[in-house]
Parts: sequence; C-alpha cells; structure tokens
Amino acid sequence: MLNSANLNWTPQQVQDEIDALKHNPGALLPILHAIQDRWGYVPREAVPLIAESLQLTRAEVHGVISFYHHFRTTPPGRHVVQLCRAEACQARGSRALETHVRDALGIDYHQTTADREITLEPVYCLGNCACGPSLRVGERIHGRVTPDKFDRLVDELTVQVLEVG
Amino acid sequence: MSVKVYVPRETTALALGADEVAARIKAEAAARDIDIELVRNGSRGLFWLEPLVEVETSAGRIAYGPVEPGDVGGLFDAGLLEAGLQTHGAQSPLYQGPVEAIPYLQAQQRLTFSRIGVTDPLSLDDYRAHDGFRGLDQALALSPQAIVDEVKASGLRGRGGAAFPTGIKWQTVLDAPAEQKYIVCNADEGDSGTFADRLVMECDPYLLIEGMAIAGLAVGATQGYVYLRSEYPLAHEIFNEAISRAEAAGYLGADIRGSGRRFDLEVRLGAGADICGEETSLLESLEGKRGMVRFKPPLPAIEGLFGRPTVVNNVLSLAAVPYILAHGAKAYADCGMGRSRGTLALQLAGNVKRGGLVELAFGTTLRELMEGFGEGTESGRPLRAVQVGGPLGAYLPESQWNLPLDYEAFAEVGAVLGHGGVVMFDDTVDMAEQARFAMEFCTVESCGKCTPCRIGAVRGVEVIDRIRQGDNREANLALLGDLCETMVDGSLCAMGGMTPFPVQSVMKHFPDDLQRDAQPR
Repeated sequence: MLNSANLNWTPQQVQDEIDALKHNPGALLPILHAIQDRWGYVPREAVPLIAESLQLTRAEVHGVISFYHHFRTTPPGRHVVQLCRAEACQARGSRALETHVRDALGIDYHQTTADREITLEPVYCLGNCACGPSLRVGERIHGRVTPDKFDRLVDELTVQVLEVG
Repeated sequence: MSVKVYVPRETTALALGADEVAARIKAEAAARDIDIELVRNGSRGLFWLEPLVEVETSAGRIAYGPVEPGDVGGLFDAGLLEAGLQTHGAQSPLYQGPVEAIPYLQAQQRLTFSRIGVTDPLSLDDYRAHDGFRGLDQALALSPQAIVDEVKASGLRGRGGAAFPTGIKWQTVLDAPAEQKYIVCNADEGDSGTFADRLVMECDPYLLIEGMAIAGLAVGATQGYVYLRSEYPLAHEIFNEAISRAEAAGYLGADIRGSGRRFDLEVRLGAGADICGEETSLLESLEGKRGMVRFKPPLPAIEGLFGRPTVVNNVLSLAAVPYILAHGAKAYADCGMGRSRGTLALQLAGNVKRGGLVELAFGTTLRELMEGFGEGTESGRPLRAVQVGGPLGAYLPESQWNLPLDYEAFAEVGAVLGHGGVVMFDDTVDMAEQARFAMEFCTVESCGKCTPCRIGAVRGVEVIDRIRQGDNREANLALLGDLCETMVDGSLCAMGGMTPFPVQSVMKHFPDDLQRDAQPR
C-alpha cells in the first residue's frame, strides 16, 4: 500500500490491473486506485493503456487523474504523511503543528524529503475531529498529535528503515 | 468461565492506541492464566474516554477509560476481571461505572445509533439480537408504495445537509419508469467536525446495508453504490467485509431472504475531492469522470447515475430508515420540533472537553449541547465561536448559542445545521484567519465549473490578505462583502454558494478580528 511503493512495474502488470476491472460500470476510478495502491502512484505510461482499454482519450484519463487530489503521478517517498488542515484540527492546534512539521521535515506540502523517506500531503479531514490534531501514515491514523509526538513518530518510521535496510 | 472484554476497533479509538491496549490485555490475561474473550466492538462515540474498555459482569458492562497500554497491568491488579469488581474496579481512576449509566450516553435518544459500541460490528448474530433486520422484514411484506408512504409519514429529511424530504425523493424515483434504477449512498463525509457516517460504517455496517436494501425495495432499484471517501480506510475495510457476510447470509444478492427480489451493493472509493460530496459531482465521479457539478434539472431522481433514476441519500438518512420501518413512522416522527422530525446525529468536535457523538431529538439548544454534553473547551479557556455544519457553515457567536437545533431556526439567522458537525473554538482563535481559510478551502476544492466559485475564492483569499495587512481596509471590506454576495447568488452549487457563509458571519459577528493586522508567522 502507501508505505511500500514498488517502483518496478511493467506494462503487462498495469494492463492486468486494468483488465481485472475494466468491465465494471464507471471503471476508471477503481482502476486508478488499483494502480496507485500497487505502485504508490499512477505512472505516466499507464495513461495510454487505460485510455485504450476504456475507449477514452488520453486527455480524458489525464483530466480525471489531475482532478482528484488522491492520485499521484510521481513516486512518493517511503512513507506518505497526510496532515489534517481542516477546522476541527485547527481549533486544537493544528496550525502550530503544521509549522513544526514543515520545519522538522524541511519540506512543504506535496514535497518529499531529500532522503526519499517522507512525502508530506495535506488532507481535509480524517474524521477524528474530537481528538485532533490528526495525521495519517499509510492506513494508520494518529490522534492528539503534538510536535513531540510527531518527532517520535518520524523517529519510529526512520528506525524501521534501518532495520529493513 | 471466560470473561468478555470489549476494546473498540474504530478510527478514533485506534488513533488513541486501542490496538496496543487490546494486545496488552491479551498478554496480561495470558500471563495471569485468566481466560478472556476479547471482543472488538465499535465505539460508543464517547471520544474523550477512548480507548474505552468494557468488561461484562453480572451487573452489566463496566467501563474503564481512557485506557493507555501502560494502564493495563494496574487495571488487572485492581481486579478488572474479578467478581465484585464494581468495588475493586472503583479504586481505579479510570473506572467509569456501568457504561449505560454514563450521563453523556443516558441523556441521548439513540434511535439510529442504538447499537454502536454495543455489538461486534461484523457479527450478524449480534445485529439480529439487537433488533437488526426487523425493518427489512417489514419492508419485504409491504408494497413499494407502502414503504415510501411510511418514510414520508416519518418526516425524515435528508441528513446530508440539504434537508429535502426523503420520502418525496423516493416517490419521484418510484414513479420514474425505467429498466434500471440505482440507490447511491453518499458517504463522502467531507465536512470537518463530522464522523457520524464513519461511525455507522465502522460500528454498525449492517444498519446501512439494511437501509439501502429497503430503499431498493421501495423504489425498484436492484443496484446500490456506496461512494466512500478514501480518507476512511477502516470504514472501507469493515464495510466491505460486512457486504460479503450479508451476501453470504442472503440479506443482499439475487434473492433477499427468499423473497425473489434482488439487491446488490458495492463500495466505490472517492479520491480526495471534497466536491464529490455534492450529489451530481458524486454521480459524475461514480461514472468515472472528473467530479464536475451537473446542472439541475434534470434531477438525479429522474436522470441520475448513468442517466437512470437514482436515489442519492446520505448515510444517516438511509441509516434512519430501518428504525422507521421496524417501529413505525409515528415513533420516529414523535421526536423533534416543527418540520424537523426525528433525531439528529450531532458531532461535538474541535476544542471540546467531551467530544463525541450526541444523537438527540431536534430542538435542544446549541448551548446545552456544548456546555451540557461538551462541558466547554478542552483548553479550559472561554468558548468564543462555533462552526456548525462543516466548512460551509457560519461561525456562530455567543448571542446565537440559544438557538434550537432545528433546520428552520438555523436558516432564519443565515446558519445551517448541515451534517450536524459542531466545531468549537476558544478565545485564542483569530476569526480573520478562519475567514481566510474558508476561501482558501474553496480554491482547493472548487470543481471549476462556474466562475464565481473558481475565481471568486481566489480573489477572496487575496482580498482578505489585504484586509489583514491593513491595506485600504475599509474599501477592501466593502469589496469582500460584494464578492460574497456574487458567490452566493451566482454559483451553481453549495460549494461556491455557501463558502461565503463563514466569511460573512465573521464580518458580521467578529468584525474586530478583521480590523487587526495579521500576526506575522
């Protein structure tokens, strides 16, 4: 999933994902999800394959990918951190957390740290609105995130990398 | 005999460490050679107590919370699982007593949310044992028109925010002749401060399945889609599993409960576009397109998904239906005030001491909700503003906190109940910054179809920045007022048409904040 972006895709593998879903009505979003779930992003080269299979123009497929914030066209870092920017988290200190996160990682939204460890994305509500500030890493949502808690979380993510590497 | 211990598996509980608590409880029980049955229930929606651990005893379920992993050993020492633990357990500061007697819960009228936190969300046996599928059984014995009449008589109005009478919408689809009709559930719960749809899908998924199946029987639709936002991974996982189990047990599929009638259900994931909570944008997205808002007419009830007659209802509208069928329209309509019948799922969020889900009949005041249930701010500072109804809702000052929670009462002061989100702010809030954010959010989320929304929001951010810098302040305030009016009057859907509501409310009720120069960050 988000945490294990595998950059090695082949056109045949992409085509297999498309073929598994293309007969469903309104198949484009499910196909894009399947591709991004597997590789962490939607490779540019997938666009003509999808267009051909669904009898759409490349422009139409590109238009859909670019419309939705969720879909990425470049590989993300090892971990995608989504920080909630919405009002309920603002009321609980997310603006200060946001400043801390940018400073600590040295990047802004939609950027990836130089070591390719963390990609930072904004998100508008994770539904944890009574216990924010909230952020999501992979499938896991974290609540009541303070700057300290964020730093510890980043340490844990980084330690895992050392164990794997 | 094994003791039943409940630890929620729900997003907020998990975000606060429920999995770790569950693992520690298992390990402690094993180390002490005690036989327990660990149930992963849903959440009761008392979020300040999460993770809330419950233990089944002869005196009912006893609650402890908020439990951190490090507390578990101490709770076992205090006699968490032993007989007579009400007295032993009471020695723990985490002891909350019998869960059903917690005042926050006892003071509610949980019609829709009667099962959350009580049951194992995926257990069909639990669901049936707690009144589940009684509404569907009733519906299977009724004609489509009789089902629609029941929903009409209940007075149920769309809980997504628009408050359109659900029964009338169903009637339109029932009356529309077509080979194929659809039920679409809007689970794109994008409003900040809301989590009620998520709670239904994570904590009582069969309720939504039952409600959608009844809707299908009512209007003659054989296919349902739940359009779920991608920000809710756990709801996705739990609900998909519930669909599989419901199919296997004959509550979905080609022959519902041996009736010979069909209803299939599928979840489709959104992709981070808030605009797709607008019903026509949602339909475009389901069709695999950009989520661009459609013109109305034609109404989705006449030409909806793939051009077919389609019921588009919010999760909470559909989740209210099983109760209405099981207990009768009158039982539901007996709650509420004026034209707002039944109960409303309020969600207390933001800077609140006791946040969570509060299901009440319409008519309670906002103040009672924020002070009686919420007990004020978590920071302990004075409450200053409250945003009701999500990012498109007005910020209400103290003078409006005695408003009853009722669609019409809110509309009269230019406010909205929306999806029931209540986001509280203490006196450190800079309301000019909140006004700016409302416009900024619209620049991110506008679908771009109409100019007042697409361009207006960008200009809105710019003009608020100039106001906050003290640049020609009075003239720019007048310009902002004009811009808001243009967006309200000239936008196609609620995104552009309501984004000005929070801005206008700041201009009207918190004007001093717009007179101060912004603090440099």
